[in-house]
Amino acid sequence: MQTVTTQTEAIETHTIAVLVDNEAGVLGRVIGLFSGRGYNIESLTVSEVDHHERLSRINIVTTGTPMVIEQIKAQLGRLVPVHRVRDLTSEGPSVQRELALVKVVSTGERRVESLRVADIFRARVVDSTNESFVFEIVGKTGKLDAFIRLMEPLGLIDVSRTGVAAIARGTDSL
Amino acid sequence: MMQERMSGAEIVLKALVDQGVEVVFGYPGGAVLPLYDAIFKQNHIRHILTRHEQAAVHAAEGYARSTGKVGVVLVTSGPGSTNAVTGLLDALLDSVPLVCLSGQVPTQLIGTDAFQEADTTGITRPCTKHNYLVKDVELLAGVMHEAFYVARTGRPGPVVVDLPKNVQVAEGPYVQAHQVKHKSYRPPVKGDAAAIEKAVDLIASAKRPVFYCGGGVVNSGPAACAALTELVRATGYPITLTLQGIGAFPGSDPQFLGMLGMHGTYEANLAMHGCDVMVAIGARFDDRVTGNVAGFAPGAEIIHVDVDAASINKNVRVDIPIIGDAGSVIADMLAAWKAKKCKPDGEALARWWRQIETWRARKCLAYAPSEAVIKPQFAIERLYAAAKDRDTYITTEVGQHQMWAAQFYRQEEPLHWMTSGGLGTMGYGFPAAIGVQLAHPDSLVACIAGEASFMMNMQEIATAAQYRLPVKVFILNNGYMGMVRQWQELLHGSRYSESHSEALPDIPKLADAFGITGMVVDRPADLDAAIARMIETPGAVLVDVRVDPAENCFPMIPSGATHDNMLLGELVGSRGPTVTEAGKGLV
Ligand SMILES: Cc1ncc(C[n+]2csc(CCOP(=O)(O)OP(=O)(O)O)c2C)c(N)n1
Ligand SMILES: [Mg+2]
Repeated sequence: MQTVTTQTEAIETHTIAVLVDNEAGVLGRVIGLFSGRGYNIESLTVSEVDHHERLSRINIVTTGTPMVIEQIKAQLGRLVPVHRVRDLTSEGPSVQRELALVKVVSTGERRVESLRVADIFRARVVDSTNESFVFEIVGKTGKLDAFIRLMEPLGLIDVSRTGVAAIARGTDSL
Repeated sequence: MMQERMSGAEIVLKALVDQGVEVVFGYPGGAVLPLYDAIFKQNHIRHILTRHEQAAVHAAEGYARSTGKVGVVLVTSGPGSTNAVTGLLDALLDSVPLVCLSGQVPTQLIGTDAFQEADTTGITRPCTKHNYLVKDVELLAGVMHEAFYVARTGRPGPVVVDLPKNVQVAEGPYVQAHQVKHKSYRPPVKGDAAAIEKAVDLIASAKRPVFYCGGGVVNSGPAACAALTELVRATGYPITLTLQGIGAFPGSDPQFLGMLGMHGTYEANLAMHGCDVMVAIGARFDDRVTGNVAGFAPGAEIIHVDVDAASINKNVRVDIPIIGDAGSVIADMLAAWKAKKCKPDGEALARWWRQIETWRARKCLAYAPSEAVIKPQFAIERLYAAAKDRDTYITTEVGQHQMWAAQFYRQEEPLHWMTSGGLGTMGYGFPAAIGVQLAHPDSLVACIAGEASFMMNMQEIATAAQYRLPVKVFILNNGYMGMVRQWQELLHGSRYSESHSEALPDIPKLADAFGITGMVVDRPADLDAAIARMIETPGAVLVDVRVDPAENCFPMIPSGATHDNMLLGELVGSRGPTVTEAGKGLV
């Protein structure tokens, strides 16, 4: 047998989609599972996806060794209100998107520069005053990170991110 | 079909009856008065009043584990439900099916810090398999049936149903159990046929095999245990059992190597360490069993059968995982073994058994007999001798006495051995014995206790007295929290910090105060007579067995060590290193 060698096994990042009954406490169960067992949450989004059946989808981005990732999926699958658990990272290609609202307060050259950067990243201005912009940017997490980093010296004062929504490519459904 | 309508409390009672419940263990309070009123007005369900909610849960655990049925608990809101928490976690870790009904403040007061309000579903979420807060009486009957279904199926566990007081008095519809289908919960039953076939081929080809089985087989039921026994005998392979698995295979069978793990036998642990094929069924590779996982069974290919997918590859990576009910998978394995006309490698097996017999010949459980002082092991051996030919159920508290009971009290059948393993809850054994006795009024029910553990729930003497339950509490009184003292001796330079049992009660006087029988025995020569008197005396009996305060429990795998590094008792001769610095940081 192979033993658990947490130190030497590579840490991987996985996006896991979970279909759950939209009932009171279900998010608490998922979050409690992660904190109670010491798993990481990089990102977590939840929203109702089927109003008629009262089903919600939770997208979780987590990191761990392959054994820990397997354990996370098994533990999620064990929760009573969970219908399905899918690992979008290991089960074929998927699309991942996140939205951020980014507020920048500046004047003069910095204000102009922030607009230029926004243009390159295809961010939209969704609110503006004489001294501020709110940009809306959609993309992969890395793209949002890069955009936010570039905005830092240009007057960045506030960021609001949705967390990752993810879906399998092709004809498969959760 | 017209749906019957009735009060929430009546719905609860009717659901209990329809689920086959006969006994409820509980304690009343403001938030459950409508339920207690409904109990008063019926006579199908018997309510047993314990003297603490924790004890109610342990009693329900004892009831459940000795019958295979779901145990039922009823507590009030706030302190009632927080007192139940220890029992719930105990049941979760040892996979005991329970339904715990808790009162809650009325829905309109939830969130206002109302009198005796507690966030019961929040507090018990990590201590239960599942829980419900029922805010709408229309849904109550469905939730009740679902709670029983979830508690009983798959890997069993405790389920809490939190019942606001206004829901108990509101009128709602009653639905039958068969009208309820769970939306998402689908416990696995049958194992994958291809994996089972592969497993059987591997089992047949083994040269140094061992079966390692646990509470999952017991939970699967007596038929699963019988099938396991048949399979193990068909192969002729050795088998070891976990603390919770005791009774799944006959303890007197020569193929049985004894319990494994931290205080397991030399032969069981070395067979685990040296095996080439390990067949793990309904056991979860917990740290008390594996020791240091990095050095666990280094040459083994592992088959793991478990109904809980999350137990597989959790602590130890396995080669053939099979998710399914132990009984169903064992039956399929047995059928495949017969269909394929499998034959073990006779020569290799004979060599393996010769090796095991040399380990067995070390007689790792041997202890120095004494005519001056009662050795705790001797006390259990004498209890076993007196009780083994009766229909006897044994519960234990937690500590050295528990491990000695596991080592020395042989169990031949499942459902007769109740002990707190996963949580290791002192105070479990006595109330559990009360629950067992209620389920088996004519059987001998004995709790093998330590004097410190007994004091954690000794208020339950009143319960035993009230219901005339003839439980026998066999207290191995070593004057110490012995297991703590042992660790302090071995790990902390014999600095016995706070582990001495001071100010112990006079047991006969204590018993007398509650109207039951108590006695003391302190000479080995008087032990048999005392045990006979304990068994023959009607009603509950407490026996203060004064045992050697210095005795340690061996073998012992110190924390952080592997199976081949056991400490053995003086008579057997010590072997291997003692505790490492890293081991001291482990539990
Ligand atoms: C509720 C609880 N508190 C503390 C412990 C830690 N603990 C484990 S064994 C033990 C001593 C038990 O003493 P006793 O009941 O006299 O049994 P002995 O070991 O002496 O046989 C203690 C304190 C525990 N298991 N449970
Ligand atoms: Mg003691």
